[in-house]
Amino acid sequence: MTEQKTLSLNMGPQHPSTHGVLRLVLELDGETVVSTKPVIGYLHTGIEKTMESKLYYKALPCTDRMDYLSPMNNNLAYCLAVEKLMDIEVPEKVKWVRVILSELSRIKSHLFWLGTHAIDLGAMSMLLYAIRERESIVDVYEAVAGQRMMTSYVRIGGLAYDLPSDFEEKVRTAVKNVTNGLSDYEKLLTDNEIFINRTKNVAVISGEDAIAWSLSGPMLRGSGIKHDLRKANPYSGYENFDFDVPIGENGDAYDRYKVRLEEIRQSLKIINQALDGMPEGPYRAHVPGVVLPPKEDVLYKMESMIFHFKIITDGFEAPSGSVYHAIESPKGELGFYISGDGTNTPRRVRVRPPSFINLACIPALTEGGLFADVVCAIGTIDIVLGEVDR
Amino acid sequence: MGAVVEMEEKLRGFLNEKFGDGVIREESFRDQVSFYVKAELLADICQAILDNPELDVKYLSDITAVDWLGHESESEGRFEVCYNLYSLGQKYRFFLKVRANEDELTIPTLSLIWPSANWMEREVYDLFGVNFEGHPDLTKILTPDELEGHPLRQDYPLTYEVPQFTWNKDDPPEVIK
Amino acid sequence: MGLEEKIPDSIALTTLDKMVNWARKRSMWPLGFGLACCAIEMMSTAGPHYDLARLGMEVFRPSPRQADLMIVAGRVSMKMAPVLKTLYEQMPNPKWVISMGACASCGGVFNNYALLQGVDRIIPVDVYVPGCPPRPEQLINGIMKLYEKVEKDSLKKPHEKWGRDIA
Repeated sequence: MTEQKTLSLNMGPQHPSTHGVLRLVLELDGETVVSTKPVIGYLHTGIEKTMESKLYYKALPCTDRMDYLSPMNNNLAYCLAVEKLMDIEVPEKVKWVRVILSELSRIKSHLFWLGTHAIDLGAMSMLLYAIRERESIVDVYEAVAGQRMMTSYVRIGGLAYDLPSDFEEKVRTAVKNVTNGLSDYEKLLTDNEIFINRTKNVAVISGEDAIAWSLSGPMLRGSGIKHDLRKANPYSGYENFDFDVPIGENGDAYDRYKVRLEEIRQSLKIINQALDGMPEGPYRAHVPGVVLPPKEDVLYKMESMIFHFKIITDGFEAPSGSVYHAIESPKGELGFYISGDGTNTPRRVRVRPPSFINLACIPALTEGGLFADVVCAIGTIDIVLGEVDR
Repeated sequence: MGAVVEMEEKLRGFLNEKFGDGVIREESFRDQVSFYVKAELLADICQAILDNPELDVKYLSDITAVDWLGHESESEGRFEVCYNLYSLGQKYRFFLKVRANEDELTIPTLSLIWPSANWMEREVYDLFGVNFEGHPDLTKILTPDELEGHPLRQDYPLTYEVPQFTWNKDDPPEVIK
Repeated sequence: MGLEEKIPDSIALTTLDKMVNWARKRSMWPLGFGLACCAIEMMSTAGPHYDLARLGMEVFRPSPRQADLMIVAGRVSMKMAPVLKTLYEQMPNPKWVISMGACASCGGVFNNYALLQGVDRIIPVDVYVPGCPPRPEQLINGIMKLYEKVEKDSLKKPHEKWGRDIA
């Protein structure tokens, strides 16, 4: 007598389509997926524990390395949470520069997502186009902070250095390159029959299910729920800008692709508005004892030098209590829950990782579907393993 | 601002009326309101909040824990598990917190109410050792299987290795702290 | 006067060692092993701006059985270390390893319970490329140094790191 059993297939940690070190154990019945079990933790770095043993300033570079596709957003979320804990108000110019850099990070992350998603589905040249446009954005990062990726430019109370003189020119070049590139991607993918066949009605999730699974970002907006933290709880001056929040209808992979493409366009709109109306002013808040004084003052004034020395060696004492601040990162709601305990190191730094929580719904997206759609489902969630495992 | 105060009043009224002594105290720090509740009533409170259409709270943002070992508030309970709830309609966020000591570290699970709580509770179990009763699959999720203990507790060492330079390269690698 | 004058123009003389080393270094195929942030810079190096295909690394093979070079790009956690060792052992000889970035070389920024402090604790490494993450030019510099190392190889000498002699 023959007995029918399911095939157990391991999509191991080293795989070209899993966007990092994600492992999926699939049970297959022919070509249909019966169950999916993700195994994560292959990139667990203990970032939260490391940040507990450092001063608030020195814990800042650890945040860059989590979502490494949009590092300025991580810095921004951490700095906003610490500024809320210490009750610091930043100058207007700082808010506008942070908005420009945050939107550039969003464009960079969405472009890279588009490149890797398309190459998984077979359109190999998209990755090269995406990397080409990414270079002009990375030029801006290099002009501003000297580093291509892990800049740590957004600091507690302001920015690391003042803006360089060619900042506006470089940002306008980047905006122009991305605008020209966008029309290329639309021509290549949006009406492409193969792309539509591979993404329409694949990895569908409805609106109520999306809320029950606590999804956020384009995953939630692709299912028709209009929720964006930049509009709902605005931070860092976003209430001054005029932009739309795109939503999808069916909650499938094609809708999420269209949502992300439209978000790139809205980001370009915000950057143009911000560049046109940039205010003048200092690039750091003046809170002696907490915020580092600007370097020009440190070299010439005595009190600034004393404060600088004290803050670098001893840090500042945080009050006893916990705060939570969330921003809209390209992956979803990125939040930092920081608990101070009266000493100069934090008691607990919890990162609310959008990729981890979005990844939990992979069984709901893939079970009952075809095996070839699993790759599309992983790609459409837009995960970054550095954030999933921390 | 008016909408925020109104939402706060509604919540306070609802919780005190339905679960009078289940709510131990209320705290507000930097404009964020947290309600400290008793561990046994947590699942009932969350189901009641979810069922109430006036409050419009359907979104569980995050579950996390803090270890207050050695702090002055340790008398209330060493571990504090924090539930981050959000209302999409009112755009309002608040927290429910549960305090527990090490010997009675069992909290009812929320994974039957919200499916996303499944992985969040697994992570809190892995890193802190909090038991969630009724959870379908409470196993390690982030740390390797060989690692024993719960790394994010305050008494677990960071395992910092002293780097080897030229002047101490012949010494065996030393692990401190 | 010597033998060189009697040879027609289209013949070159060399040693077998140089021929084999030239062929090996100019057509090394890397294994696609990007772990974390350094993987993004590795993909950037393979992109159109800083091209890796002109150095012979045209394709990144997904299977270790078909790859010569393993670029460990990113931090190696304790859970991933046995997987890395299995992949290294599956690669056929001759094989080389480049440890890209600070986390792969020595543990980097993170000195704690969860990370392996340097990938050379479990596999032998040929070239270390520092940086966090290293620029594409730095990675290409590392590959040039690997070429110099390969040029000095000889078929006569046994290679202890590969387990047995190649000759």
